[in-house]
Amino acid sequence: MALEIDGQSIELDEEGYLVDLSAWTPEIAKALAAGEDVELTDEHWDIINFLREYYEEYQIAPAVRVLTKAVGKRLGKDKGNSKYLYSLFPYGPGKQACKYAGLPKPTGCV
Amino acid sequence: MAMLHIVNKSPFEKVSFRSCLNHARAGDSILMIEDAAVGALDGTSFSDKLKTAMADKSVYVLGGDLTARGLSEDRMIDGVKAIDYAGFVDLTVENETTQSWL
Amino acid sequence: MATKKFMFVNRKAPYGSVYALEALEVVLISAAFEQDVSLAFIDDGVYQITKGQNTDAIGQKNFSNTFKALGDYEINKLYVEKESLEERGLTQDDLMDLVWEDEDDDWAEKPSIIMVNRSEMADVMAEQEVTLSF
Repeated sequence: MALEIDGQSIELDEEGYLVDLSAWTPEIAKALAAGEDVELTDEHWDIINFLREYYEEYQIAPAVRVLTKAVGKRLGKDKGNSKYLYSLFPYGPGKQACKYAGLPKPTGCV
Repeated sequence: MAMLHIVNKSPFEKVSFRSCLNHARAGDSILMIEDAAVGALDGTSFSDKLKTAMADKSVYVLGGDLTARGLSEDRMIDGVKAIDYAGFVDLTVENETTQSWL
Repeated sequence: MATKKFMFVNRKAPYGSVYALEALEVVLISAAFEQDVSLAFIDDGVYQITKGQNTDAIGQKNFSNTFKALGDYEINKLYVEKESLEERGLTQDDLMDLVWEDEDDDWAEKPSIIMVNRSEMADVMAEQEVTLSF
Protein backbone atom coordinates (compact mmCIF):
# COMPACT_ATOMS: atom_id res chain seq x y z
CA MET A 1 0.00 0.00 0.00
CA ALA A 2 1.08 3.59 -0.49
CA LEU A 3 -0.19 7.07 0.22
CA GLU A 4 0.19 9.86 -2.33
CA ILE A 5 0.95 13.30 -0.87
CA ASP A 6 2.18 16.24 -2.92
CA GLY A 7 3.44 13.91 -5.57
CA GLN A 8 5.36 11.85 -3.03
CA SER A 9 4.59 8.20 -2.39
CA ILE A 10 4.59 7.21 1.29
CA GLU A 11 4.86 3.48 1.92
CA LEU A 12 2.26 1.85 4.19
CA ASP A 13 2.06 -1.73 5.44
CA GLU A 14 -0.87 -4.01 4.66
CA GLU A 15 -2.86 -2.63 7.61
CA GLY A 16 -2.21 0.98 6.62
CA TYR A 17 0.54 1.79 9.13
CA LEU A 18 3.53 3.85 8.14
CA VAL A 19 6.50 1.63 7.21
CA ASP A 20 9.16 4.26 7.91
CA LEU A 21 8.25 5.95 11.19
CA SER A 22 10.72 8.76 10.59
CA ALA A 23 8.86 9.76 7.40
CA TRP A 24 5.87 11.03 9.40
CA THR A 25 4.57 14.57 8.92
CA PRO A 26 1.32 16.18 10.10
CA GLU A 27 0.19 16.15 6.47
CA ILE A 28 0.49 12.37 6.46
CA ALA A 29 -1.67 12.19 9.57
CA LYS A 30 -4.31 14.36 7.88
CA ALA A 31 -4.23 12.26 4.73
CA LEU A 32 -4.51 8.97 6.66
CA ALA A 33 -7.45 10.39 8.60
CA ALA A 34 -9.11 11.71 5.46
CA GLY A 35 -8.86 8.23 4.01
CA GLU A 36 -11.12 7.07 6.84
CA ASP A 37 -13.42 10.12 6.56
CA VAL A 38 -12.05 11.71 9.72
CA GLU A 39 -11.22 15.39 9.96
CA LEU A 40 -8.59 15.96 12.62
CA THR A 41 -9.55 18.47 15.34
CA ASP A 42 -7.42 19.92 18.15
CA GLU A 43 -8.75 17.13 20.35
CA HIS A 44 -7.43 14.53 17.92
CA TRP A 45 -4.08 16.29 17.76
CA ASP A 46 -3.75 16.27 21.56
CA ILE A 47 -3.85 12.48 21.45
CA ILE A 48 -1.68 12.13 18.34
CA ASN A 49 0.99 14.42 19.78
CA PHE A 50 0.89 12.60 23.06
CA LEU A 51 1.39 9.27 21.29
CA ARG A 52 4.35 10.59 19.35
CA GLU A 53 5.99 11.92 22.51
CA TYR A 54 5.35 8.64 24.27
CA TYR A 55 6.94 6.67 21.47
CA GLU A 56 9.91 9.01 21.33
CA GLU A 57 10.51 8.48 25.02
CA TYR A 58 9.75 4.79 25.47
CA GLN A 59 10.10 3.26 21.96
CA ILE A 60 6.68 1.62 22.17
CA ALA A 61 3.11 2.54 21.41
CA PRO A 62 1.24 2.45 24.73
CA ALA A 63 -1.53 -0.05 25.39
CA VAL A 64 -5.00 1.50 25.42
CA ARG A 65 -5.23 1.17 29.19
CA VAL A 66 -1.96 3.05 29.57
CA LEU A 67 -3.01 5.68 27.03
CA THR A 68 -6.30 6.26 28.84
CA LYS A 69 -4.61 6.72 32.19
CA ALA A 70 -1.92 9.01 30.79
CA VAL A 71 -4.45 11.17 28.95
CA GLY A 72 -6.43 11.53 32.18
CA LYS A 73 -3.33 12.68 33.95
CA ARG A 74 -2.26 15.16 31.26
CA LEU A 75 -5.51 16.42 29.81
CA GLY A 76 -7.90 15.97 32.72
CA LYS A 77 -10.08 13.21 34.15
CA ASP A 78 -12.97 14.05 31.81
CA LYS A 79 -10.79 12.96 28.88
CA GLY A 80 -9.09 10.04 30.54
CA ASN A 81 -11.77 7.51 29.74
CA SER A 82 -12.40 5.17 26.87
CA LYS A 83 -15.74 6.80 25.98
CA TYR A 84 -14.01 10.07 25.16
CA LEU A 85 -11.17 8.37 23.28
CA TYR A 86 -13.56 6.22 21.28
CA SER A 87 -15.60 9.29 20.39
CA LEU A 88 -12.47 10.68 18.72
CA PHE A 89 -11.21 7.39 17.32
CA PRO A 90 -14.17 5.07 16.76
CA TYR A 91 -12.00 2.30 15.28
CA GLY A 92 -10.15 2.04 18.59
CA PRO A 93 -7.87 4.69 20.10
CA GLY A 94 -4.90 2.34 20.08
CA LYS A 95 -5.10 1.25 16.47
CA GLN A 96 -6.52 4.33 14.81
CA ALA A 97 -4.67 7.07 16.71
CA CYS A 98 -1.37 5.19 16.48
CA LYS A 99 -1.85 4.87 12.74
CA TYR A 100 -2.35 8.62 12.31
CA ALA A 101 0.60 9.30 14.63
CA GLY A 102 2.82 7.16 12.44
CA LEU A 103 3.46 4.60 15.17
CA PRO A 104 3.46 0.82 14.88
CA LYS A 105 0.38 -1.02 16.09
CA PRO A 106 0.50 -1.22 19.91
CA THR A 107 2.04 -4.36 21.37
CA GLY A 108 -0.69 -6.72 22.47
CA CYS A 109 -3.33 -4.67 20.72
CA VAL A 110 -6.26 -6.79 19.58
CA MET B 1 6.17 -25.04 46.77
CA ALA B 2 8.44 -27.51 45.12
CA MET B 3 9.84 -26.46 41.78
CA LEU B 4 11.19 -28.50 38.90
CA HIS B 5 14.26 -26.85 37.39
CA ILE B 6 14.99 -27.88 33.82
CA VAL B 7 18.51 -27.33 32.54
CA ASN B 8 19.53 -27.83 28.91
CA LYS B 9 23.00 -26.28 28.63
CA SER B 10 26.35 -27.96 29.36
CA PRO B 11 27.85 -26.76 32.66
CA PHE B 12 31.21 -26.61 30.86
CA GLU B 13 29.98 -24.01 28.37
CA LYS B 14 27.32 -21.83 30.03
CA VAL B 15 26.64 -20.51 33.51
CA SER B 16 22.95 -21.51 33.37
CA PHE B 17 23.49 -24.76 35.28
CA ARG B 18 25.52 -23.03 37.97
CA SER B 19 22.85 -20.34 38.21
CA CYS B 20 20.17 -22.99 38.56
CA LEU B 21 22.03 -24.62 41.45
CA ASN B 22 22.45 -21.21 43.06
CA HIS B 23 18.70 -20.57 43.02
CA ALA B 24 17.16 -23.98 43.61
CA ARG B 25 15.88 -24.57 47.12
CA ALA B 26 15.78 -27.62 49.37
CA GLY B 27 13.14 -30.07 48.19
CA ASP B 28 13.28 -28.91 44.57
CA SER B 29 14.06 -31.21 41.66
CA ILE B 30 16.59 -30.65 38.90
CA LEU B 31 16.30 -32.31 35.51
CA MET B 32 19.16 -32.35 33.01
CA ILE B 33 18.15 -32.55 29.36
CA GLU B 34 19.88 -32.04 26.01
CA ASP B 35 23.48 -30.76 26.47
CA ALA B 36 23.00 -30.49 30.23
CA ALA B 37 22.95 -34.29 30.40
CA VAL B 38 26.76 -34.29 30.40
CA GLY B 39 26.52 -32.74 33.87
CA ALA B 40 25.34 -36.10 35.22
CA LEU B 41 28.80 -37.70 34.88
CA ASP B 42 31.04 -38.36 37.88
CA GLY B 43 34.69 -37.35 37.93
CA THR B 44 34.28 -34.02 36.13
CA SER B 45 35.20 -30.50 37.23
CA PHE B 46 31.48 -29.96 37.84
CA SER B 47 30.46 -33.15 39.64
CA ASP B 48 31.34 -31.93 43.15
CA LYS B 49 29.04 -28.96 42.70
CA LEU B 50 26.16 -31.21 41.67
CA LYS B 51 26.85 -33.63 44.54
CA THR B 52 26.59 -30.74 46.99
CA ALA B 53 23.22 -29.80 45.54
CA MET B 54 22.06 -33.42 45.82
CA ALA B 55 22.23 -33.23 49.61
CA ASP B 56 18.77 -31.67 49.70
CA LYS B 57 17.51 -31.82 46.09
CA SER B 58 16.59 -34.62 43.69
CA VAL B 59 18.54 -34.76 40.46
CA TYR B 60 17.39 -36.43 37.24
CA VAL B 61 18.72 -36.82 33.73
CA LEU B 62 16.99 -37.79 30.51
CA GLY B 63 18.75 -41.11 29.85
CA GLY B 64 18.24 -40.77 26.11
CA ASP B 65 20.25 -37.57 26.04
CA LEU B 66 23.16 -39.31 27.80
CA THR B 67 23.24 -42.33 25.52
CA ALA B 68 22.83 -40.11 22.46
CA ARG B 69 26.18 -38.58 23.45
CA GLY B 70 27.88 -41.96 23.88
CA LEU B 71 27.82 -41.72 27.67
CA SER B 72 26.56 -44.71 29.60
CA GLU B 73 24.42 -44.41 32.69
CA ASP B 74 26.98 -46.31 34.82
CA ARG B 75 29.26 -43.27 34.63
CA MET B 76 26.68 -41.10 36.39
CA ILE B 77 27.13 -39.65 39.86
CA ASP B 78 25.58 -42.03 42.44
CA GLY B 79 22.07 -40.91 43.20
CA VAL B 80 21.32 -39.23 39.86
CA LYS B 81 18.22 -40.89 38.43
CA ALA B 82 17.99 -41.54 34.70
CA ILE B 83 14.45 -41.15 33.40
CA ASP B 84 12.62 -41.27 30.07
CA TYR B 85 10.07 -38.86 28.59
CA ALA B 86 7.25 -40.41 30.62
CA GLY B 87 9.30 -39.76 33.74
CA PHE B 88 9.78 -36.17 32.56
CA VAL B 89 6.01 -35.76 32.39
CA ASP B 90 5.64 -37.25 35.88
CA LEU B 91 8.12 -34.72 37.26
CA THR B 92 6.20 -31.80 35.80
CA VAL B 93 3.05 -33.13 37.45
CA GLU B 94 4.68 -33.79 40.83
CA ASN B 95 6.05 -30.24 41.11
CA GLU B 96 3.83 -27.20 41.51
CA THR B 97 5.91 -25.09 39.14
CA THR B 98 8.72 -25.42 36.63
CA GLN B 99 11.49 -23.12 35.60
CA SER B 100 13.69 -23.53 32.54
CA TRP B 101 17.27 -22.33 32.74
CA LEU B 102 17.96 -21.51 29.10
CA MET C 1 -9.96 -13.84 35.35
CA ALA C 2 -8.03 -15.12 38.33
CA THR C 3 -4.83 -13.25 39.08
CA LYS C 4 -1.65 -15.27 39.25
CA LYS C 5 1.86 -14.39 40.27
CA PHE C 6 3.93 -14.31 37.09
CA MET C 7 7.67 -13.88 37.08
CA PHE C 8 9.77 -13.23 34.00
CA VAL C 9 13.38 -14.24 34.59
CA ASN C 10 15.90 -12.36 32.45
CA ARG C 11 19.33 -13.95 32.24
CA LYS C 12 20.74 -12.73 28.94
CA ALA C 13 22.37 -9.51 27.78
CA PRO C 14 20.44 -7.42 25.23
CA TYR C 15 21.19 -7.11 21.48
CA GLY C 16 23.43 -10.21 21.09
CA SER C 17 20.36 -12.43 20.95
CA VAL C 18 16.66 -11.79 20.66
CA TYR C 19 15.77 -13.17 24.12
CA ALA C 20 15.76 -9.86 26.01
CA LEU C 21 13.59 -8.01 23.50
CA GLU C 22 11.20 -10.93 23.14
CA ALA C 23 10.87 -11.17 26.91
CA LEU C 24 10.01 -7.49 27.12
CA GLU C 25 7.32 -7.90 24.46
CA VAL C 26 5.78 -10.80 26.37
CA VAL C 27 5.92 -8.78 29.59
CA LEU C 28 4.01 -5.92 27.95
CA ILE C 29 1.43 -8.28 26.54
CA SER C 30 1.00 -10.02 29.89
CA ALA C 31 0.16 -6.65 31.44
CA ALA C 32 -2.99 -6.56 29.32
CA PHE C 33 -4.22 -9.59 31.24
CA GLU C 34 -3.88 -7.77 34.56
CA GLN C 35 -1.75 -10.37 36.29
CA ASP C 36 0.60 -9.86 39.22
CA VAL C 37 3.77 -9.52 37.16
CA SER C 38 7.33 -9.21 38.41
CA LEU C 39 10.69 -9.34 36.66
CA ALA C 40 13.96 -10.86 37.80
CA PHE C 41 17.36 -9.83 36.48
CA ILE C 42 20.15 -12.30 37.13
CA ASP C 43 23.42 -13.23 35.43
CA ASP C 44 23.87 -11.29 32.15
CA GLY C 45 20.25 -10.15 32.41
CA VAL C 46 21.43 -7.21 34.52
CA TYR C 47 22.99 -5.71 31.37
CA GLN C 48 19.47 -5.12 30.04
CA ILE C 49 18.82 -2.26 32.46
CA THR C 50 22.15 -0.41 32.52
CA LYS C 51 21.82 3.31 31.96
CA GLY C 52 23.25 5.25 29.02
CA GLN C 53 22.69 2.57 26.37
CA ASN C 54 23.27 3.85 22.84
CA THR C 55 22.63 1.50 19.93
CA ASP C 56 23.20 3.98 17.09
CA ALA C 57 26.36 2.23 15.91
CA ILE C 58 24.83 -1.27 15.79
CA GLY C 59 21.64 -0.33 13.98
CA GLN C 60 19.29 -1.89 16.52
CA LYS C 61 16.44 -0.31 18.45
CA ASN C 62 17.51 0.81 21.92
CA PHE C 63 14.76 -0.84 23.92
CA SER C 64 16.21 0.00 27.32
CA ASN C 65 13.92 3.05 27.40
CA THR C 66 10.93 0.76 27.22
CA PHE C 67 11.73 -0.50 30.74
CA LYS C 68 10.90 3.04 31.91
CA ALA C 69 7.34 2.53 30.65
CA LEU C 70 6.73 -0.58 32.76
CA GLY C 71 5.47 1.55 35.64
CA ASP C 72 2.63 2.75 33.38
CA TYR C 73 1.73 -0.90 32.94
CA GLU C 74 1.60 -1.42 36.69
CA ILE C 75 4.70 -3.58 36.54
CA ASN C 76 6.72 -2.22 39.41
CA LYS C 77 8.58 -5.14 40.95
CA LEU C 78 11.94 -5.50 39.22
CA TYR C 79 14.14 -7.75 41.33
CA VAL C 80 17.86 -7.34 40.64
CA GLU C 81 20.40 -9.75 42.12
CA LYS C 82 23.30 -8.10 43.92
CA GLU C 83 25.73 -10.95 43.27
CA SER C 84 25.08 -10.81 39.53
CA LEU C 85 25.92 -7.09 39.53
CA GLU C 86 29.04 -7.61 41.65
CA GLU C 87 30.36 -10.44 39.46
CA ARG C 88 30.21 -8.00 36.53
CA GLY C 89 31.83 -5.08 38.33
CA LEU C 90 28.53 -3.17 38.40
CA THR C 91 26.58 -1.44 41.15
CA GLN C 92 23.04 -0.11 41.33
CA ASP C 93 24.44 3.26 40.19
CA ASP C 94 25.09 1.70 36.78
CA LEU C 95 21.40 0.88 36.38
CA MET C 96 18.61 3.08 35.10
CA ASP C 97 16.55 4.81 37.75
CA LEU C 98 13.34 2.89 37.12
CA VAL C 99 10.30 4.21 38.93
CA TRP C 100 6.53 3.98 38.91
CA GLU C 101 3.94 6.61 39.78
CA ASP C 102 1.54 5.80 42.59
CA GLU C 103 -1.86 7.05 41.44
CA ASP C 104 -3.21 6.68 45.00
CA ASP C 105 -0.42 8.82 46.41
CA ASP C 106 -0.71 11.93 44.19
CA TRP C 107 1.41 10.30 41.46
CA ALA C 108 4.45 10.10 43.75
CA GLU C 109 7.41 8.42 42.06
CA LYS C 110 8.49 5.23 43.77
CA PRO C 111 11.41 2.95 42.92
CA SER C 112 10.65 -0.17 40.89
CA ILE C 113 14.05 -1.79 41.36
CA ILE C 114 14.30 -4.09 44.34
CA MET C 115 17.83 -5.21 45.15
CA VAL C 116 17.99 -8.75 46.54
CA ASN C 117 20.76 -11.19 47.29
CA ARG C 118 20.90 -14.66 45.78
CA SER C 119 19.00 -16.47 48.50
CA GLU C 120 16.32 -13.77 48.61
CA MET C 121 15.97 -14.14 44.84
CA ALA C 122 15.50 -17.88 45.28
CA ASP C 123 12.75 -17.16 47.83
CA VAL C 124 10.96 -14.73 45.49
CA MET C 125 11.12 -17.28 42.68
CA ALA C 126 9.65 -19.92 44.94
CA GLU C 127 6.60 -17.71 45.62
CA GLN C 128 5.65 -17.54 41.94
CA GLU C 129 2.84 -19.49 40.33
CA VAL C 130 4.21 -19.15 36.81
CA THR C 131 7.86 -18.59 35.93
CA LEU C 132 8.94 -17.78 32.38
CA SER C 133 12.64 -17.69 31.61
CA PHE C 134 14.44 -15.87 28.84
